[in-house]
Amino acid sequence: MPYKLVVVGASLGGLHAVAALLGALSPDFPLPLAIVQHRHKESDETLRIVLQRSSGLAVCEVEDKQPISPGTACLAPPDYHLLVEQGTYALSTDEPEMYARPSIDVLFESAADAYGPNVIGVILTGASADGARGLATIKAAGGLTVVQDPATAECDVMPRAALDAGVADHVMPIPEIAALLTRLGTVVPKVGV
Amino acid sequence: MTELEDLEIQLLLEGVAQLYGYDFRNYALASLKRRIWNMVQSEGVKTVSGLQEKVLHDPLCLDRFLLAMTVNVTAMFRDPHFYQAFSAKVVPMLRTYPFIRIWHAGCSTGEEVYSMAILLHEAGLYDRCRIYATDMNAAVLSKAREGIYPLEKMQEYTGNYLKAGGTQAFSRYYTAAYERAIVRPWLREQITFSQHNLATDGSFNEFNVVLCRNVMIYFNKTLQEHVHRLLYASLTLFGVLGLGQAESLKFTPHEHDYAEVVQGQRLYRRMR
Repeated sequence: MPYKLVVVGASLGGLHAVAALLGALSPDFPLPLAIVQHRHKESDETLRIVLQRSSGLAVCEVEDKQPISPGTACLAPPDYHLLVEQGTYALSTDEPEMYARPSIDVLFESAADAYGPNVIGVILTGASADGARGLATIKAAGGLTVVQDPATAECDVMPRAALDAGVADHVMPIPEIAALLTRLGTVVPKVGV
Repeated sequence: MTELEDLEIQLLLEGVAQLYGYDFRNYALASLKRRIWNMVQSEGVKTVSGLQEKVLHDPLCLDRFLLAMTVNVTAMFRDPHFYQAFSAKVVPMLRTYPFIRIWHAGCSTGEEVYSMAILLHEAGLYDRCRIYATDMNAAVLSKAREGIYPLEKMQEYTGNYLKAGGTQAFSRYYTAAYERAIVRPWLREQITFSQHNLATDGSFNEFNVVLCRNVMIYFNKTLQEHVHRLLYASLTLFGVLGLGQAESLKFTPHEHDYAEVVQGQRLYRRMR
């Protein structure tokens, strides 16, 4: 299955975890990454700047209807839900879900809806159960599900909640997640018969 | 998700547009779908077709549908930095006009309209202003007109007001009674609230300022382009357009007809 999009959810402890993940991906990693990191609604650009410093990929905060581009890591802006449509990102200020806006479930469920089996969902560290339902939706749509090994997470609540949903294809520490994404991202789709 | 689901949604939106004239057919699909499914649950029906039957046969259900399909999350002085930038860079331009017309398109329950009224009052300009506040939804518009908000919100709003550069005691602007904060009547004097649908209605005046924040994010590209043309046609030359924090003019039909007023604050000036 040629994958077309990686969605990542992180909460408490996510700054280091997302930085480690992006830092371990090569600058020519071909898939687009959409990231929800829980944070305060009045956050400034610090997160983007810190992540950019640790990554060779372009890191941006999403603007409404921004095209989904390969090799770009896109962050949900503070106080907006990030959603995936065919070919573009979309934003909304609908009510928070599980106290979170941006919500990981909202991103994951919309990604599964738009890209079905071509999505890879990744749950990292966090102190919330957000993302577990979304990961199950990705799995049900035929996508691939990855959860950070709770023993290696700064906060294991979110990875454990995702594991309790019983839908994880892979449970591994961040360096191995990066290696897996690299391998899956560079699979060349078969052409012809 | 499935072709059947997409078909059902298409039929629902088509029915509502044809029967009632409310056109959601060019709304951004991902978030609209979530709101439709939330309403399928809250109405106790099983499918989108079930919802369609209810909405088409029951005008009261239509009222609930209109509220459920639109997002009415708002706050006084939401994004305080926006108001700061507006005071610093737009107010000086407005001072040069004898009379100032402002259109707040998609004003929801009115909190951001009153915020602008307060800002203009403190700049000493409010007497010269007329604010036209519009929304497609009659129910939220009547709340906006009343200007009555939960008292418990005032602490948060006071914080926003101060961050936005407010110089007075915020409590001057409302009366507290029965756990409610009621906006002072004089703040309402220069505001005209009326129903206007960006998807189906045209331009109705020429404005020095148009605010349309976090409204177009719910539209697809086609409808966004339509609305950008409408807003452009409603602005005077050198008039200012204010968008939401994560919106920009990139890839819109009039991208090159505006100049950014303050970098990063989503204020754009019509230059031609």
